[in-house]
Amino acid sequence: MIINHPLLGPRDASEFTYLGDASLIDRPDWQDENAAEAYYEYGYLRDNPAGEHQELWYHEAGDRSWLVVTRNTLTHEISKVEMARDVARARGRSK
Amino acid sequence: MTQTNRLDGGQIDRNTSLSFRFDGRNLTAHSGDTLASALLANDVRLIGRSFKYHRPRGLLTAGSEEPNGMVELRTGARKEPNTRATTIEMFDGLEAYSQNRWPSLKFDALAVNDMFSNFLSAGFYYKTFMWPAAFWEKLYEPIIRRAAGLGSLSMEADPDEYDKGFRHCDLLIIGAGPAGLMAALTAGRAGADVILADEDFALGGRLNSETFTVGDHSASDWATQAVAELSSMPNVCLMPRTTVIGAFDHGIYGAVERTGDHLATLPEGKPRQILWRIYTQKALLCAGATERPIAFENNDRPGIMMASALRTYANRFAVTASQRVAIFTNNDDGHRTAADLHAKGVRIAAVVDVREDAPSSYDYEVLKGAQVTNTKGRHGLSFVEVSLPDGSTRTLDCGALGVSGGWNPNVHLTCHQRGRPVWNEALAAFVPGGELPVGMSVAGAANGIMSTYGALQSGAEGAAKALDLTDALPDLPEAEDAPIAQTPFWYVQGCKRAWVDQQNDVTVKDVKLSYQEGFRSVEHLKRYTTLGMATDQGKTSNITGLAIMAEVAGKSIPEVGTTIFRPPYTPVPIATFAGRMKGQEFHPTRLTPSHFWAKERGAVFVEVGNWLRAQWFPQPGETHWRESVDREVRQTRASVGVCDCTTLGKIDVQGTDAAEFLNRIYANGFAKLAVGKTRYGLMLREDGMVMDDGTAARLAEDHFVVTTTTANAVSVYRHMEFVRQCLCPDMDVQLISTTEGWAQYAVAGPNARKLLQKIVDPEFDISNEAFPFMACGNVTVCGGLRARLFRISFSGELAYEIAVPSRYGDALMRRLMAEGEEFDVVPYGTEALGVMRVEKGHAAGSELNGTTTALNLGLGKMVSKKKDSIGSILSEREALVEPDGLRLVGIKPLEAENKITAGGHLMNADGPVDAAHDQGYVTSAVYSPILNSNIGLGLVKNGSERLGEKMRLVSPLTNLTVEVELVSAHFVDPEGERLRA
Amino acid sequence: MRYSGFRVIKEALTGHKGWKPVWREPEPKAHYDIVVIGGGGHGLATAHYLSKVYGHRNVAVVEKGWIGGGNVGRNTTIVRSNYMLDGNEPFYEFSMKLWEGLEQDLNYNAMMSQRGIINLFHTDGQRDAYTRRGNAMILNGADAELLDADQVRKEHPYLNFDDARFPIKGGLVQRRAGTARHDAVAWGFARSADLHGVDIIQNCEVTGLRIENGKCLGVETTKGFIGANKVGCAVAGSSSRVMGMAGMRLPIESHVLQAFVSEGLKPVLPSVITFGAGHFYVSQSDKGGLVFGGDIDGYNTYAQRGNLPVVEDVCEGGIALMPMIGRARLLRMWGGVMDMSMDGSPIIDRTPVEGLYFNGGWCYGGFKATPASGHCFAHLLAKDEPHPVATAYRLDRFQTGRMIDEKGVGNQPNLH
Repeated sequence: MIINHPLLGPRDASEFTYLGDASLIDRPDWQDENAAEAYYEYGYLRDNPAGEHQELWYHEAGDRSWLVVTRNTLTHEISKVEMARDVARARGRSK
Repeated sequence: MTQTNRLDGGQIDRNTSLSFRFDGRNLTAHSGDTLASALLANDVRLIGRSFKYHRPRGLLTAGSEEPNGMVELRTGARKEPNTRATTIEMFDGLEAYSQNRWPSLKFDALAVNDMFSNFLSAGFYYKTFMWPAAFWEKLYEPIIRRAAGLGSLSMEADPDEYDKGFRHCDLLIIGAGPAGLMAALTAGRAGADVILADEDFALGGRLNSETFTVGDHSASDWATQAVAELSSMPNVCLMPRTTVIGAFDHGIYGAVERTGDHLATLPEGKPRQILWRIYTQKALLCAGATERPIAFENNDRPGIMMASALRTYANRFAVTASQRVAIFTNNDDGHRTAADLHAKGVRIAAVVDVREDAPSSYDYEVLKGAQVTNTKGRHGLSFVEVSLPDGSTRTLDCGALGVSGGWNPNVHLTCHQRGRPVWNEALAAFVPGGELPVGMSVAGAANGIMSTYGALQSGAEGAAKALDLTDALPDLPEAEDAPIAQTPFWYVQGCKRAWVDQQNDVTVKDVKLSYQEGFRSVEHLKRYTTLGMATDQGKTSNITGLAIMAEVAGKSIPEVGTTIFRPPYTPVPIATFAGRMKGQEFHPTRLTPSHFWAKERGAVFVEVGNWLRAQWFPQPGETHWRESVDREVRQTRASVGVCDCTTLGKIDVQGTDAAEFLNRIYANGFAKLAVGKTRYGLMLREDGMVMDDGTAARLAEDHFVVTTTTANAVSVYRHMEFVRQCLCPDMDVQLISTTEGWAQYAVAGPNARKLLQKIVDPEFDISNEAFPFMACGNVTVCGGLRARLFRISFSGELAYEIAVPSRYGDALMRRLMAEGEEFDVVPYGTEALGVMRVEKGHAAGSELNGTTTALNLGLGKMVSKKKDSIGSILSEREALVEPDGLRLVGIKPLEAENKITAGGHLMNADGPVDAAHDQGYVTSAVYSPILNSNIGLGLVKNGSERLGEKMRLVSPLTNLTVEVELVSAHFVDPEGERLRA
Repeated sequence: MRYSGFRVIKEALTGHKGWKPVWREPEPKAHYDIVVIGGGGHGLATAHYLSKVYGHRNVAVVEKGWIGGGNVGRNTTIVRSNYMLDGNEPFYEFSMKLWEGLEQDLNYNAMMSQRGIINLFHTDGQRDAYTRRGNAMILNGADAELLDADQVRKEHPYLNFDDARFPIKGGLVQRRAGTARHDAVAWGFARSADLHGVDIIQNCEVTGLRIENGKCLGVETTKGFIGANKVGCAVAGSSSRVMGMAGMRLPIESHVLQAFVSEGLKPVLPSVITFGAGHFYVSQSDKGGLVFGGDIDGYNTYAQRGNLPVVEDVCEGGIALMPMIGRARLLRMWGGVMDMSMDGSPIIDRTPVEGLYFNGGWCYGGFKATPASGHCFAHLLAKDEPHPVATAYRLDRFQTGRMIDEKGVGNQPNLH
C-alpha cells in the first residue's frame, strides 16, 4: 500500500507502523464518574467496520508523524490522510 | 543420431551447438532452444510421471502453463525440482533429470497405482485408512507421502544470490506480444516512462510462433523491429525474462526477473533472480491467452499436446514432436497448426474436427464431425482412434496429436484483488470483468480480442487511454484479423479415463463423482478433487472442470462459477522473496561503542534484539562461563566494574511542558523532580500492565533524558510520540531518540567514585555530598569532553552511568580500564549484570512480561491516583487488584547448591502437583556468588504475605523438583546502604 | 452411509455408482430449536456435537456461501495444545483429545497426523518462557519436551546451525501435535451433522437478527426469516458485522493473515516447525507442499488478500531458518480474515441479548480449536452454561481484568 503523507507525499506503507482505530485519540476523562466504564470501552471495544475506517499509522521509518488514514477495509482504498495532531485538536484535545 | 525431429527455419541459432544431459543421456541443442524444444528435437517424448497414477507424461504446452513436462534442473545444491522444461532456456552443459519415478523413468514401480486407479478415485482417502487409528501416522501416511510430492530438494543451502529492487513508471505493460509491443510503441513514442515486461526470453509473444505477416514483415521480424525501436527509447525499460507475479494494492506490482537462470554459471556477484516492486499508476495487461485442451480417453500420453504448442515448436524452435501428426480441434485455429506443420514437411495424419462444417484442406485429410475416442502407446503416442459421424471408427497412426479446444484469456492478474472474470459466450471463455485492480486495463487476447490486428489495435488504444494521450494513434500494420470460429466442446462423451488436470491426475469421472457426492460449488470441486491445485494452478484445466460440472448440474458455466486466481502468476523460488536477508544478513547487527574493545578482550557476545552485547569476558584458565561471571560479580561488588549499557533506549524530552508530559506517561509523579535529579519511572500501558521501566533525569527545567529497556526502546518511543501527538497535541514538548548518540557505561562498585574522579574533570565535584544518589548533570571528562553523569544503580552498588558522544565510546572504555587498573577494575557482561540485578531484586524483562501490573511487581504504590497518567484507570479493574494476585518474591532453595529453574512452577509444600494447584512461577534464576546459593525471583499468589513459606518448585519438563523458601526479593543490601555510600 | 475400506473396494468394483451426496441440500424450515450462523469449521462442529452429543436434532446451520469456505478452508492446518495460561491450556488439550479420536467419531478421514511441533528458541529469555509453558502443558495433562540445540540438530539437521544470525538454542516439542486435512475437517463435521438430522443450508446469508424485547427470535436471511429458540453465531472473521446486527460492539478487529504453499516436494520436513527469531512457521502436507505462514499484515481489513512486504518477511524468516528451501517455489498465496481479539484469546459466551450466543475472537488459532470450540459452544447452547474447559472465554473479561494474554502484548489486536 501507499500512504500519501500530508507533509512528505506518497510513501510506502512498510515505512509505517499500524496502531488501530483512530478512536484511540478520544481518550476519556480520567476524573469522569464513569471513567472505569469509559476506559473499558475506549480500550477494548471497536466498531471494526467493513468499509471506511479511520485509523492510526505511525511513520516509524520516516518523520515520526502519527497520521489518521481513512481507508476502506474492503478495498484498501485510501481516501484521506491527515496529521493525527490536527485531528486530535479538531476533536478538542489540547494538553 | 541427434536432433532427428529438427525442421527448417525457426528462431534458433544453428551456428551454436550446445550440449546437455537428460537423465544422463548426452544430447545437443541450439542457442534459442528451451529444454522442451531440445528434448523434442532429440525425439524425447517421455519426460515425467504424473502425481497420483505415475502415468508416463510428456510435454503438453510450450509455455509457463505446462503441467506435465517438469524436471529436476541442475545438480548439487543448485538442484531445482519441478522446473518446467518449457521455460528452461538452453545453455551449454545443462543437466536435467526426470522426477517422481523410481527406479527409472521408463520403469516406474509406482505405475502400479494406475492399475488400481478405480480404488484411488477423487477423495477416496477421506473414506478409509481410519482403522486402527494409530496406523495413519505409522503406515498409511508415510506411504502416501513418499508416493506423493514431485521433485526433491537438495537439502543443501541455496548458494546463489538474490536481490530486490524498486522501479517506477507511468505505464507498466505486462506481456510483449502484439498488444504489448504496440502499446509500448504508442506510449514510448509519446514520451511516457514505460516498463514492458515479459516472461519469455524472446519478446514478441505469439508473433514468434506464427507464420503470418504483420505489415510487410513476417510476424517475428515485425516483433524484432518493434523491440529494436523500443530499445532505442531511453524512456522505455524492456524487461525480458520477467514475470509480473501479482497485482497488489495501490498500483504496486511484484515482478521476478530471472537474471541468471539462462547461464551455466553465475558471474561473481550477479544475482540469480531479482524481485522487483514496480510502482505505477497505470498498468496494461497484455498477457495473451492460453489454449485449452479437450478431454478424451487416454488423452495424457506423451505426444498429445496443445495444437498451438506444436505450432510454436515448429515455427519458433524448428522442431516437431513427431514426423507424423494428427490434430483434434473444435475451432479454426487448430487447422493453422496442421497447415504450418504440413508446410514444414511434417505428415498430417488427419485433422479431426468436431464440427460438421469444418473447413477443408487440399493438403491433408479433414475428418469433419469426428472425435478422438481413444489413444494407444505405452511410453508415447502411437495411434489414435477416431469415431466418425456415421458411427464408424478410424485409426490414425501418429506420434503426436495436437489438441485445440479454444483459447482462454489470461485474466489472472485481473483477479488478484478479487475481481471476478465474466463469461463471454462468443469465446466460450471468461474475460476480465468486475472490479479490476485500480489503474489496470486489459488489451489483446487477454481481453478476449483474439486476432493479431485486434491485439495491435487494442494495445495502441489501451496505452493511449491509460495515459490520456490526445495525439492520433500510430498507423497500424496490416495483420491477420480472422474472426473466432469454434463450437464449444469440452470432452468426448462416454470416455472413462479422460484427464482434465493432468498433473494432479483428475479425470472427467472424478469431476462427475464430485458432483454426485455433493461437492458442487467450484471451491468444493477444486478441494475435493484437487483440480487446479497443481503447480500449473489449473491454467489448462480449470475451465474444462467447470464445463463438466455445469453439464452434470444442468447449469451454465458462469452459473457454476469461477475460481479466483491468486498470486503468484507462476511459482517463484522462496529465496527470491527473501533476497539478501539470509544467514548473518537476516537482520542488521548493531554493535555497541565498546564492541571492538570487548572483542579484543575476548568477550563472548550474545544477541539482544539486533544488538550484540558482551555476555562475559573469559580470563585465561577459566573453563566454564560461571567462573567468569562469578568473578565479574565478586570483583564489581568488591571494588569496581564497568558495563556497556549503551543499548538502553535514550529519549531526549524537551519543552516547557516536558515535566507534565512525563507525568502523563509515567505512573509515578515527575512534576516536582528537581533539576539535577534522576527518578525511577514506571510506565504502564493503557490497559494497566507495566510497559517498561527506566529513569528520567532532569538536566534542566525543560529538559529530561529518559531511559528505556533495551527491548522496548522502539515501542516506548512510539508510545510517547502517540501520547504527544494524539493525546496532548498542544503540550510544548519535543522528543528525539538519542540511543545511538551516546555511549553509556555503568561504573559500579565501592571504588566507582574513585575511578570516576580520575576521569571526570576536576572542576566537577562528584563527592557523595555534591553528587548524591540519584544526582545527574552535564560534566566534562578527560580534559574537556562533554559527558553526562547519572548516579543510578542497577547492581545495588555505589554506581554511576556515564555517557559520552558515541564516537568517544571506545576511547572512554579504554581510559576507564587504564585508570581503573589500580582498583583492579573489571569489565562485566550481561550475565553478571543479570546476576546482580536479581541479587538486588530489580524487575527486568522476564518480570515485565506484559501481563504484570505494578501491584504484581510490588510497585503498586508508585501508581499515583492524584494525576492523569496512562494506565492508571484500567489498572484498578477487579481482577487486577485481587488480594491473592501474584506478587514478586525472592526464591531460595533450602539446599543452596540445588538448582532452580526459570519457568518452573511453584506448588504448596504439600498437596497435589497439577495446574489446579499452581501457585505461581519462577521468572528469573541465577547463581549468586555473593550468597553462594542459587537464587531466583518469582511471581507467587499473595507472595508478599507468604515470605518464609516453604514451597515446591516443580519443573516436570526438566525433571526437577526442589524445595524452596520464599524470601524478600532484595537479597543483597536491602536497606540500600551501598548505593548511597 | 458408513465409510469403510470394504465400501471403497466395493464401489471401486461397481463404478462408484453407490456414493451418495455427503450432505443434503434442504430448504430451511420456518423454525428450529437452534440456528447456528456460519457453516465454517466451528459452526459445523457445533452442529455435530449438538446433534450427536447433546441430542439436539432440530438444528440448522446457515451459511452465506459454501460450507468450509471461511478460515477452515484457508489455514495452515496446524493442530497443537501448547498453550501456557490456565484459561487456555485445558481447552486446547480437550481439543487435542477430540482430534485424536475425530476420524472414528466422524467416520471420516480428516488425516489428523500427529507429526509433532517444535517451537525453536534463540535466547535464554525465550527458553525460560518456553520452560514455563512446557511445564504448564504437563501440569495440565498435555505432553511437552524441551530439546537443547544438539537434540534439535539431530532431529532437524537441515536447519541453519552454521550461519545463523540468531543461533538456535533449543526447542519446545509437543509430539502429539500435528496437522490435519483442513477441508476434510469441515466436510466430516458437516456429514456427521447432516446424518444426525441437522439442516445445512448453503447460500443463505443472514441479513439481520430479529430481536424483540431483548430476546432473539431468529434470523432474517436471503431465504427468508428462520425462527429459533436460540441463535449461535460462529462467523469468526466477520463477527463484528454479524453481532453488529444486534447492536453489539466487540473486543475484536478483523485482520488478514496470509498463508503460502510451495510446489509439491518429496518428504523433507518431519514435523511442524516454528522459528523463534522471525515470523515463520511451516509444515509439509501429505501432498508434499510446504505450507507456511508468518505474521498478519497488521491493518484492519476484510479483504482476503495481503501485500508483498509480509510475503517477503515470511520468506526471509524461512530462508534464515532453513536455507535449503531456497529453490523450492512458492506456488500460491492466500489470505484469511481473522477475528483478532484484544487479548489473543477467544470468546464463547452468552450475550446481553437473550437467546443469542457468541463464538469468535479466534485470532489465527481457530483451526486447532475446531472440535473443542464446537463441543463447548454446543454445551453452552444446549445447557446455557459454559463447558468446564471454556469458562474463561467470557465476553466481560476485559471489563473485569481477566484477560488471557499469552503473548503479553495487551489490548492491541495486531500484536497478538
